[in-house]
Amino acid sequence: MEQTTTLPQPAPRLALPKIDWLPLLLVPALALAALPFVGSTGTWVTLTAAGLAMGMIVFIIASGLTLIFGLMDVLNFGHGVFIALGAFIAVSVLGAMPDWTAADSLAQNLSAIGIAMVAAMLAAGVLGFAFERVLVRVVYGQHLKQILITMGGMVIGEELIKVLWGPQQIPLPLPTALRGSIWLGDAGIEKYRLAAVVVGLAVFAALVLVLNRTKLGLLIRAGVQDREMVESLGYRIRRLFIGVFIAGSALAGLGGVMWGLYQQNVIPQMGAQVNVLIFIIIIIGGLGSTGGCFLGALLVGLLANYTGFLAPKIALFSNILLMVAILLWRPQGLYPVTNR
Amino acid sequence: MIARLLSHDLPKSRVLAFILAVIVLGLAFAPFLFSGAKALNVAAKILIFIVLVASYDLLLGYTGIVSFAHTMFFGIGAYGVAIASTRMGPGWSSLLTGALGAVALSLVLSLVIGLFSLRVRAIFYAMITLAVASAFQTLASQLSEITGGEDGLSFKLPELLAPSFQLSDTPFLGASLDGRFITYYLVFACAALLFLAMLRIVNSPFGRVLQAIRENDFRAEAIGYRTVVFRTLSNVLAAVFATLAGCLLAIWLRYNGPDTSLSFEIMVDILLIVVIGGMGTMYGAICGATIFLLAQSYLQDLMALGANAVQSVPLLAAFLSPDRWLLWLGILFVLSVYFFPTGIVGKLRTWRQG
Repeated sequence: MEQTTTLPQPAPRLALPKIDWLPLLLVPALALAALPFVGSTGTWVTLTAAGLAMGMIVFIIASGLTLIFGLMDVLNFGHGVFIALGAFIAVSVLGAMPDWTAADSLAQNLSAIGIAMVAAMLAAGVLGFAFERVLVRVVYGQHLKQILITMGGMVIGEELIKVLWGPQQIPLPLPTALRGSIWLGDAGIEKYRLAAVVVGLAVFAALVLVLNRTKLGLLIRAGVQDREMVESLGYRIRRLFIGVFIAGSALAGLGGVMWGLYQQNVIPQMGAQVNVLIFIIIIIGGLGSTGGCFLGALLVGLLANYTGFLAPKIALFSNILLMVAILLWRPQGLYPVTNR
Repeated sequence: MIARLLSHDLPKSRVLAFILAVIVLGLAFAPFLFSGAKALNVAAKILIFIVLVASYDLLLGYTGIVSFAHTMFFGIGAYGVAIASTRMGPGWSSLLTGALGAVALSLVLSLVIGLFSLRVRAIFYAMITLAVASAFQTLASQLSEITGGEDGLSFKLPELLAPSFQLSDTPFLGASLDGRFITYYLVFACAALLFLAMLRIVNSPFGRVLQAIRENDFRAEAIGYRTVVFRTLSNVLAAVFATLAGCLLAIWLRYNGPDTSLSFEIMVDILLIVVIGGMGTMYGAICGATIFLLAQSYLQDLMALGANAVQSVPLLAAFLSPDRWLLWLGILFVLSVYFFPTGIVGKLRTWRQG
């Protein structure tokens, strides 16, 4: 409905916080700072594109964790299991349709990956539901026990993956059309990473839109602020929150597919390995903040690619150094979530 | 006498006291009671894990801090002894130098990590330590000139502790009096001393403050204790004791590598033992470590039998394969968080009262 100009503006849609621009400058600052060290512009463009794409993938794998924490105040140390499960589902699904992945047609390749993604999200979502019902439900509000019991869930999950798929490393090759690079002058951009950017941006946009612009998001955020109030308005907040947990787990499954294809192989221990990386990211970004998680992932991705090129020995610690530097600057992360 | 030795923190349950007595006596006379290298190995590992787990309990059970960097300090101790012994040659002075150097490094590291991150919330601290520990593990396997990389370091001990050393040719009460025998009792004495020291610490006024912080850090701060200082001290103490446990491990194994002392699996083991044994009770470390290591060493044999029996059933055999024993321990872990939140020791103590 068109508003008349004489009426004062109604209060803006439920307090969108003012955006803090300073951390956003970090990404271009990091990219520009790396330019003189890398030297050649072509290499720099290649590295930057690769870094941003890697950032998008790690954003997908970390987003579910920060979503669950931000909305439910549950820190899931078993998040890595959902990621590993997603990757192993992708192995099975893509392995079952060799005709589609080996075909030269991009459409067939993408639909194969799409099916794998849907399957992975479904499987991770179901597991997430079980995880919430069996493990997390008993320990709401107790961080210490959450850490312990989800850690136990992680151990069990990893062993179950070994039972189902075997303990060894399994290759997960990219479909034909996504292999190789596109050349722009002397800068090469891998095709798969372009796809990763698209998926990453889509996930980010969807998360921000759902949380900030829909009634569902409004209810969830209101439930975080004052659970009893929302319940007394007649909404079943428990169901909503289980939904959040399932969504977060499904995102991890999606991230697992992306990460598995990025590494081109999967091992049962990948959950534990990835856990370290995503913890660094959400610490950098500020626990529970989707935007911070996105930014943190981009920073980690860029830094990993620059240092991997310039000084491979330091690359292993670059993430930790970045985390330390950021925590010295902002002890609660780039975008602290103030209501906790 | 016994009450003073145990810092007046008695088992407070007859069953528990009996179990503890059996374990302690079993460990004290292990070389005489059990024959074979494997049994002695298990006994020595139990001793080392009692110290390691008790030091972690100081942090988790008494202060309420979740850290994932505990194996880092364990590894520093083991590497300290290993590196000093390979560099300086076998000898008591290299053992001492290695241990002291390791303790110094742990002190500094734990102080830095503690001051830096204990100001933040528990969850942050858990995640930060996880990241730091994994970085340290990569560092240890990267610096292969010093640490031997993935292969680790094998080294020799002073002559008195070497397996070839013979105190006397005739066995004494069924135990051969060789270097292994002496090493075992060295480990036993050190472990007992360290354990009693930790028991003393947690039952001191300082230990009470730690428990106050665990229960309600806001109130502890309000009473006038600087909680950051106490948490950091608890962190440093736990790190030092873990380092010493690492030294004992290296002395016993005469070898150290990333998988023996630094791996994440050991961190999971420690968590399992603390929770199963009982958080916030030093005796939980004794019960937990004994049960866990006996299970780890002998349950796998049992599972192999089971897997053979059901070989024809494909999935069931995979579940019972000895390599999957961690699955069952994981389930046990979750169940104990569920049903025995206070662990074996807590359960036994309330059982008597109730």
